[in-house]
Amino acid sequence: MAARDSQFPKLDVREATKVYHTRSGDLLAIDRCSLAVEEGEIVSIVGPSGSGKTTLLWSMSGLHHLTSGEIALDGQRVDGPHPDISMVFQDANLLPWRTIVANIRFPFEIKGAKPDTAWIDQLMHRVGLEGFGQRMPRELSGGMQQRVALVRALSFKPSVLLMDEPFGALDAFTREEMNHLIEEIYLDTRTTIVLVTHSIDEAIFLSDRIVVMSARPGRIANIHRVPFERPRSLEIMGTKEVFDLTHTIKSEIVGDQISKARNRKNAANLSKAS
Amino acid sequence: MASSDAIPDFKQSPDGGGEVGVANMSGLAAGPGIKSAREVAIIALVAVLVIGGAELLLLAFGVPQYVLPRPSEIAWALVTDFHLIAPHLGHTLVELISGFTIGATVGLILAAVITQFPFAEKIITPYILLLVTTPMLALVPLLILRFGFGYEPRIIAVALASGPMVMINATTGFRRVDSAKIALARSYGASTLQIFWKIRAPMALPMIFVGLMVGSIFGLLTAVGAEMVGGGFGLGNRLTSYSSMIQMPQFFAVVLILSFLGILIYMIFFLLAKRYASWEA
Repeated sequence: MAARDSQFPKLDVREATKVYHTRSGDLLAIDRCSLAVEEGEIVSIVGPSGSGKTTLLWSMSGLHHLTSGEIALDGQRVDGPHPDISMVFQDANLLPWRTIVANIRFPFEIKGAKPDTAWIDQLMHRVGLEGFGQRMPRELSGGMQQRVALVRALSFKPSVLLMDEPFGALDAFTREEMNHLIEEIYLDTRTTIVLVTHSIDEAIFLSDRIVVMSARPGRIANIHRVPFERPRSLEIMGTKEVFDLTHTIKSEIVGDQISKARNRKNAANLSKAS
Repeated sequence: MASSDAIPDFKQSPDGGGEVGVANMSGLAAGPGIKSAREVAIIALVAVLVIGGAELLLLAFGVPQYVLPRPSEIAWALVTDFHLIAPHLGHTLVELISGFTIGATVGLILAAVITQFPFAEKIITPYILLLVTTPMLALVPLLILRFGFGYEPRIIAVALASGPMVMINATTGFRRVDSAKIALARSYGASTLQIFWKIRAPMALPMIFVGLMVGSIFGLLTAVGAEMVGGGFGLGNRLTSYSSMIQMPQFFAVVLILSFLGILIYMIFFLLAKRYASWEA
């Protein structure tokens, strides 16, 4: 990776804890999660549902306030949405009453800034969306909508891109295409990326490191380094290293689930016996 | 913004589940659709058959004019007496437009404000429902006692009839919170006001148009009803006057004008909804 000239990690999560106050009582979503994302790194977060992946990501974006702990960008505490951090949501999340162009200009409208049209055109070209600017979102396929969301997120040149299960709703082929696109754009811009995903394949293909979370409460269970050179090809996905890594991560996720279920069952049996 | 920090729930249907207001947007914005020349021709043919058939039947059975005038007589009355009816049409329009403007404005503002405060909304909603379901015509005699036989009681009645209708539909619209879209705007640092104008208002727009359409039709009904109750002018007053004088062709001419007015109102909001809120259809 690029030479470090800063003593701070790009994005530093320190002892992040988040409690949701719900009607049925307090819910500890994430518990003392610490993670340092370096500049120009791609980090994936995987884990069973309920492990607080999304909560952790939303906290990094400043959309959630932590109950305790803190998030720092270049050593500066993040207290709310930050102009250098951009978010790609599940299901594209386009505004259906706006044309594609108007959707992409939306961040600039909110910030009261002039859209960087040259950069936007370049991004549109890159993701293969030229000529679609005047269309409405509903006229585009799911994959194309997600590309628009990607262009929108990168339009104001953020230094950190957060992605919340961005391709979960897409079919396997479109998903692979999007993964290549992300890598391509990454190699161009060296944007720091944190990605929440359900797909271990996707995590391995894209990431420098993979964070595995365990559920209830959400904790960081393990962090794996993915050692392949970029640009990565689909070929690496067939290697033994990837196979082993996939297996390890899977058993960490599934094993966590199974052992928790077993504990619950034992506890139930005990209470029945007594 | 009380719920901004809650667990994001994308499965929550953005159209607010089944709780659609009085009318459904799909009936308004989707409308009858574009018609082919053939369909238009058949619709015209049906009109000719029905009107011509009525003309012939009434003629053949010698039905007297005071029971049911022939279509040709109604058309003739519409032409010859239009100059007598026109000023009354003007009066009705003044009452409708001013009453509706007041009612709709107040209704829209109230809807926008109370949806920001869920508690206030819970308290106010039953009273709004009461206003929607109570026929405002019932208040007209009272309003006449207080305000006399001029425009005022009618304008107040129209405002009271249309305002709650606009408000209840707009409230449904503003309540359709899509937490993901609001989070999107917030991630760019949007203020509460920006979120309102750029996310909440456009999302509410289709339901607002439904409210405006239903509200204005209710306003028309109330205006005509109020005119029938008291006062010496307006299309409703013409209806009572012509029927008491057994001038049935003129009576039906006024009914015809009222139908056109209703259709015109529908068309205006149909086209506005199509232009500004068709993204949802």
